[in-house]
Amino acid sequence: MLQTQDTLAWIRTNLFSTWFNSGITLALGALLLYTVPQAWGWAISHAVWGADVEQCNAARGTGACWGVVAEKYRPIIFGRYPFEEQWRPLLATLLLMALLLASCMRVFWCKWLGALWVVVLAAFFILMHGGLLGLALVETGLWGGLPLTILLASLSVVGAFPLAVLLALGRVSELPVFKTLCTVYVELIRGVPLISVLFMASFLFPLFMPEGFSIDVLLRVLVAMVLFAAAYLSEVIRGGLQAIPRGQYEAAASLGLTYWQMQRKIILPQALATVVPGIMNNFISTFKDTSLVTIVSLYELTGSLDLAVNSQPDWMPYKLEGYLFIAAIYFVFCFSLSRYSQWVEQQVNRGKVH
Amino acid sequence: MSDYMIEFAKVNKWYGNHFHVLRDIDLQVRKGERIVICGPSGSGKSTLIRCINRLESHQQGKLTVDGIELSDDVKALNTVRRKVGMVFQQFNLFPHLTVLENLTLAPIQVNKLSKTEAEERAMTQLQRVQIAEQAHKYPLQLSGGQQQRVAIARTLCLTPQILLFDEPTSALDPEMIKEVLDVMTELAEQGITMLCVTHEMGFAKSVADRVIFMDQGQIVEENNPHDFFSRPRSERTREFLTKILTH
Repeated sequence: MLQTQDTLAWIRTNLFSTWFNSGITLALGALLLYTVPQAWGWAISHAVWGADVEQCNAARGTGACWGVVAEKYRPIIFGRYPFEEQWRPLLATLLLMALLLASCMRVFWCKWLGALWVVVLAAFFILMHGGLLGLALVETGLWGGLPLTILLASLSVVGAFPLAVLLALGRVSELPVFKTLCTVYVELIRGVPLISVLFMASFLFPLFMPEGFSIDVLLRVLVAMVLFAAAYLSEVIRGGLQAIPRGQYEAAASLGLTYWQMQRKIILPQALATVVPGIMNNFISTFKDTSLVTIVSLYELTGSLDLAVNSQPDWMPYKLEGYLFIAAIYFVFCFSLSRYSQWVEQQVNRGKVH
Repeated sequence: MSDYMIEFAKVNKWYGNHFHVLRDIDLQVRKGERIVICGPSGSGKSTLIRCINRLESHQQGKLTVDGIELSDDVKALNTVRRKVGMVFQQFNLFPHLTVLENLTLAPIQVNKLSKTEAEERAMTQLQRVQIAEQAHKYPLQLSGGQQQRVAIARTLCLTPQILLFDEPTSALDPEMIKEVLDVMTELAEQGITMLCVTHEMGFAKSVADRVIFMDQGQIVEENNPHDFFSRPRSERTREFLTKILTH
């Protein structure tokens, strides 16, 4: 009884406190009443779940055809990787995910984490590429889907972060040469779209290479993504550096710390802590930017969806459902990142509690 | 080799092209001497002591600390900074580190002490400034007076030969000034060379060997505390003393 009263009181104060608020409540309520059942009907109750084109065609316009996912989930998730060998990217991705998860947790922050990275990345490449240990050779051009997305995103972030720190330190440096170089770099990279950087890495760069010498396209694209992400990230970090009071530098100097000791122990920990939301923002955006590598024929998650559905005219009309499926995958990753960001913020703000 | 711990010889400094902040400073400080520097704001007194560990660099003249001339030579500068401790008006503790970590950082990084040694030394100094029970708190959880005492302990962990105080009590609430001055008085009795920019004239009278009055970038007057307060020689000093002593 008391609870009903509480609920009524809550509704009155929060939803119907004035005529204006009551109006908005009613309008939004009507909108929800109209849209939610429709969406529910389309996505759930009238939807076709089996991989049956006939049924999908019959339900067209009234229900979703999740059959496209049931039919095509393997080429969507693994791209052009040979069907029989797809246990390899699965295993490699699980290993990489486990490594990423471990790297996020405080218990694993110790000396051998770096060694673990080397081991896991080596295992990832051996599994994916093959050509030894009795594994059939699979060229990097055939790698695709979620494994490629996760590989590109994690290596871009891991590579871009240290570079971004150096660029940010360079931009606030008192040495004019470093300052100018870093500023020019950041402005140049920020001034062009990622797609054009990818194009250059993929098509233009090989033209300047000597005859018979080539660098793998995946590596070129990865380097391009690292260079691009670092430029943006460095500006976020520079913002953090500027928030550090002069007194911190003076105290560190008066204690006799060298430049790098001061940066490592005093300045960077505080600067990075103030910009955790911005850094995470950047990571999430890098993760989604990987979808642009399709443009240079590397079929990561978004690209492999196109590839899987476009080749089959029967399933073509249901590409939207495919997009919703990969959107859900992207969301799970990005949402996890943002939850992690909140945890990191709590950790770094401990000293600020009064 | 001179007998002086610190020696300024015709030191000049400008901010930008026009603001002449130190004018022909000549000053000799003997080992173990305790000097109080006072003067109106903008008189250059903070800049003067900040030149000693080169937080500010001078442009003309010669400045020698324990036989080492200060210049752009980084190695010499690091040697000097290891001998000179500094306490700031705004404490400048590292807010992301605990009190204990604030104290052990430089001994571990600069003097290459082991963690245990550094912590032992830190606890000794924290006991000396009577704040050992706060070792595991973060600086911002402490009062201003406590923070300043931690800052003093932090410089003492490096066993400096010279201590510079840059208005150490100016940012404190009145009831906390005494606890910091008590620590400083205790230090003064240990024979450490001290240069202290402060307006605490009681401290100057009881502790200083010499009081220096600065105005417009110049040393206007220097004398022992008794004569400085009872028979100031210059009109400027008299004026200044009347202002701060009548409050």
